[in-house]
Parts: sequence; structure tokens; C-alpha cells
Amino acid sequence: MLKRLGKSIWKWVDDRTGIAETLGPMARHLVPPDARWWYVFGSATLCAFMIQVVSGVALAFSYIPSASEAYSTLQFISHEAAFGHFMRGLHYFGASAMVLMVGLHMAQVFLFGSYKFPREMNWMTGVLLLGFTLIMGFTGQLLRWDQNAVWSVVVAAEQAGRVPLIGGWLARFTLGGDSVGGATLTRFFAIHVFIMPALIFAFVGLHLWLVLRHGISEPPKPGKPVDPRTYRREYNELLKKTGRPFWPDAAWRDVVFAVAMIVVIAALGLIFGAPQLGKPPDPSLIAASPRPDWYLLWYFAVLALLPHGTEKYFMVFGPLLVGLLLILLPFISNRGERSPRRRPWAVAAVLMTVVMIATLWVAGAKSSWSPNFNAEALPAKVVVATSGPVFEGARLLHSKGCLNCHLIESYGGRRGPPLTEIGSKLSPAQMILRISNGGVNMPAYAANLTPAEMDALVAFLESRKAQRQ
Amino acid sequence: MKEPNTEPASTGCPDSPAELSRRNFLARLSLAAGGIGTLILSVPLIGFIFAPLFRKPPAVWRSVGKVDGFKIGETSSVVFEDASPLPWAGVTAKTAAWLRRESEEEFIAFAITCTHLGCPVRWLKEASLFMCPCHGGVYYQDGTVAAGPPPRPLARYEVRVRNGTVEIQTAPTSISRFKKKAGAHA
Repeated sequence: MLKRLGKSIWKWVDDRTGIAETLGPMARHLVPPDARWWYVFGSATLCAFMIQVVSGVALAFSYIPSASEAYSTLQFISHEAAFGHFMRGLHYFGASAMVLMVGLHMAQVFLFGSYKFPREMNWMTGVLLLGFTLIMGFTGQLLRWDQNAVWSVVVAAEQAGRVPLIGGWLARFTLGGDSVGGATLTRFFAIHVFIMPALIFAFVGLHLWLVLRHGISEPPKPGKPVDPRTYRREYNELLKKTGRPFWPDAAWRDVVFAVAMIVVIAALGLIFGAPQLGKPPDPSLIAASPRPDWYLLWYFAVLALLPHGTEKYFMVFGPLLVGLLLILLPFISNRGERSPRRRPWAVAAVLMTVVMIATLWVAGAKSSWSPNFNAEALPAKVVVATSGPVFEGARLLHSKGCLNCHLIESYGGRRGPPLTEIGSKLSPAQMILRISNGGVNMPAYAANLTPAEMDALVAFLESRKAQRQ
Repeated sequence: MKEPNTEPASTGCPDSPAELSRRNFLARLSLAAGGIGTLILSVPLIGFIFAPLFRKPPAVWRSVGKVDGFKIGETSSVVFEDASPLPWAGVTAKTAAWLRRESEEEFIAFAITCTHLGCPVRWLKEASLFMCPCHGGVYYQDGTVAAGPPPRPLARYEVRVRNGTVEIQTAPTSISRFKKKAGAHA
């Protein structure tokens, strides 16, 4: 009885809306039979985006995008609201999954040569979606609206300010005025919650339309190059002969992978939650060390490791060149071999990109170029002397900030060279010369040390000899 | 299922020159009307979003403490309010500066933002150096670059002493490239 009623209701709705007639052929469109697990990353990215939409809407029920109240509402969400900690975790790990999946999807499409004829626009819209995803990641980090977020906005404005001609305007647009204030957060909220999601929805729609229009690319075979004159005919013949309906023959893998991803994201959100909030968003709290979230940590490392004076060119032209190169890739090569076995340079490019980003990411996580402001005075077991110039030199090494950048055994910073065995490497005269004059990354201390202090410092450094076996 | 009705109603002569001309006119009319509608909405919309960026807040003198509260030769952090904070700005309306007393009457106020990428620099009192926590930029006590990647000295605010009180003139956050137009000067 109920079943019959349900059927008749569905029949009525379908008759009036045409759902089955419209979506049925889309769901059952033919796909190559051997398009298997390599093809799940695109749908996984979309699934991660939907998690972001759902969890973002949930968070918006309690989040107030006001410069004065956002921080306290986030404290409420994190520590008091039911499931609040989990919801923030879900949103954070959902964002991480989206960045990861869009990267994997892009690498797979590139390696399989799927960006070639006739799918050039699929690739181009995908590149734009990658850009939108990264903007969502960065603006989302700012909505956390703690001390790190506030200073990240200033750093972003500083970078925007380097753009020729419109740099000043871009910086003011980023800050929402002359400095961080009431107008800053609301603009990032509008961008993160309305503008970018709308763009993502629109371009995902276009991307999916293009997938339907050109079909899912068949897995590449060595020795079977793309020829624009014959490709469409051959592809249609392939589908006629061996094509399978997308639903459910291929879609089940997408569903299984997406559900597995949801389980992992939910588990991470439950176990770890979202990143802890930092200090309040007070720009007058000076003790801050702004860092981007993990997906932009590699870029933070790039800016630190570039030769002095070159970063302004890199900041402006680096992202522009990479973006242009990616967008124009199909026009550089839109025919010929698709198989990665016949495209060693494509494989090398992906491997090099992965190794480069991973290496920079590790470097960014360590941030060895950053001074260690928490460096403590050297303990007695390291200093050894309990009085005299060596003892005084150890004290000066800490108070004059040397330990912020130099390491003695395991104490201090890693920005400068370690000084654990400096006594075996430099003579006292060489030490005085370097301390007095400084270098590219070291300030000159000539005007900052009395002769007695210099003697004490050198006495301590001289005592740092290599241990003989 | 019935096909959607997309055929024009029969007029006896559907593709006659007069009918085509009429359709052409109607298509242009629709496009023009759409354009006018978009223009009517987009001008105030764009104006609303971007106009505040072109509004220059006044430079205001803010008191940061009594002259006697600052020792000669010492540098300390001072906090003051922006020129025209929005009512909902909360703590974000605050700004800090490093204030150095050079002599009885002379003060220097440095912006706290590193000229490399804008991170807040810290003052190391015994070392008499400003140091940036992000990429290790270092400045001497007069704000000149001592080491690391900063391309320029620390930016400065205007400072004056009035009635025994030290005052700092508010200025935009010092950002590379548009600092010359307005804001704390290098």
C-alpha cells in the first residue's frame, strides 16, 4: 500500500519536473570500461567540497563575522557548543582533504594526458578550481580570527602591495582600509562564504558539463596518440563497443572512495579537532609568529629561502607564471602520446613537483630560518665554568640574542651556523672580526659590545672545541 | 513524454522579413534592457564594496604616555587606537609602535611591521636590536637594517611632545609600494 503510494507520488513529481528524463541519461552516460580507481579523485574533491559546504553552514549558525566578536564565538564553538569542536575539526580536515584531492586529481589528469584534445577546457576550468580552493583555504584560515590570522592578513597585504601599479590598491582591498580593523574580517567572510563558493559551484557545474560533453577519458595506452582529426570518432566507437553506464558500473568506486574519505575526515575531526585558537586578534600584541596552514607552508618556505632582493619579483611573477603555465598547458601540448610510459618528462615533472613541495613543506615546518625567541640561557652542564670570562661569555651569548640564531649543542636557534665546535674552527681574531662586522644574516655587534664583553664572548666561544674521539 | 514547446506560434508567414526584423528588434531590446538593469544594480554594488577603500581616514594624534614614563636611550612598546575605528572593530582597532626616547625632547616611533613581509618585529633590549620572528630580519636601534631579508629600514610614525605627553600620529600600516602616498614613512 505504502509502496504503491510512494511510487505514484514519485511518478507525479517526475512527470511534473522531468527529473528522471533529465538526469537519467547523465547518470547512465557511457564510460570506458577500464576507468577504475585512478578516476575517483575528482568526485572525491567534489565530495570534500560538499563536506565544507555542510560543515560551513553549520558553523555559520554560531559564528559572528565581526572583528570584535568572531574570536569569542569561535571559543564558544570550540569549547561549549555541542559537537562544536568536531564541527570545526570536520571543516579543517575537510579543507585539507579538498586540497589533497584536487592535487591528486590534477596529477592523475596530467599523467594520463587527459587534458589533451578535446578536453582542454576541462583542464582549464580545473586549474581555476584549484586556485579557488587555495583561496578558500587561505581565507578560511583568516576567519579563525586569532592573532595568527590578523598577522597573516598583514603579510598577505604586504605581498599584494608588491604588485606593480595596482599594489597599493590591492593591499588596501586586502586590509579593507588602511590597517587591520573592523572592515577586514567581514570582507574575508564575504569572500569565503559567498563569492568563492558561488564561483566554485559555477565552475564545478561547467567542469561537470564538460565531462559529460567530452566523456571520461579512456585510460591511455602507449603507442596510441591523440589525433584531433580521428579522436572523437575512435572514442565514440570505443564507447559503443565496450562502454559501461557510469551509474552504477563506474560510480560505485567513486561512492566507496568518497565514503572512505568521509570516515577518515570524521575520525580526524573527532580525534584531533580543529587547530587551537591562538591569542586574541589584537594587533598590538607584538609577540606573534604568523604561519600559514599546512597547505601553504611550502610557499612560506619559498619566501624564506629565496635570495635577498628576489622575493618581490617572485611574489608578483611566481604565482602568475605558474598559473599561466598551468592554464595554457593544453595549448602547449594537446595531441600526441597520452601514456605516462611514453612521456617521461611528464612523470619527472610530477615527481619533481611532489619532491619540491614535500621538501619545502618539511623546511617550512622546521622554519630553521626563524629566530628562536624562546631560547633559554645555557645550562651549567654546557657552560662548565661557574665564573670568569667563559661564564660571563655564556651569559652574554644569551642576553645579546646570539642564541636566538645560533645553536650550542641542542640549545638555541638554527638560523645561523651552529657554534658548538666554533673554537676548533675560528681563531679569536677571526671571531672578533665576525662578531664586530656581522654578515648578510648577522648584525654587526661592534657598537653593541664593550671590549670586556667582547673578550668574555670570545673566551666562551673559544672554549667550544670539537670533542676528540 | 511531450516535447517542450519551442516552436514559434504560427503566424501564417513565420520567417517573413517583417517577422525576422521584429524578432531581431525584440532580441536587441531584451539585451539592452538586461544591460541597463545590470548597470543600474552594478554601479551602486561596486561602489558600496570599493568606495571605503578610497576614503582616507584623518591622521590623528594619539597620546601614548607621559614623557617621564620613557627613559632616555630606551625603547618600549606603546599602544594606541586607529584614526577612525569602526564601532565593531573591538581589539583590532589597536595598533602598537616601538617608541625610542633619544633625548629630553626627541622621540622616534617605529612601525612594528617588518619591511620584508610585514610580521611584527620584537625588541631585544640587551642586544639593542629589533628582530623579526618570521624570516629573521634584524634592525639596529635606529631602525636601519642590520641583517637578513628586509629591503628597507623600519617605517616611522610622526611623534611630538605636547604638554608633557608623547603623541603619535596615526598612519596606515606600512606596506611596500604605497607607503610613499600615505602612511608611516621610512
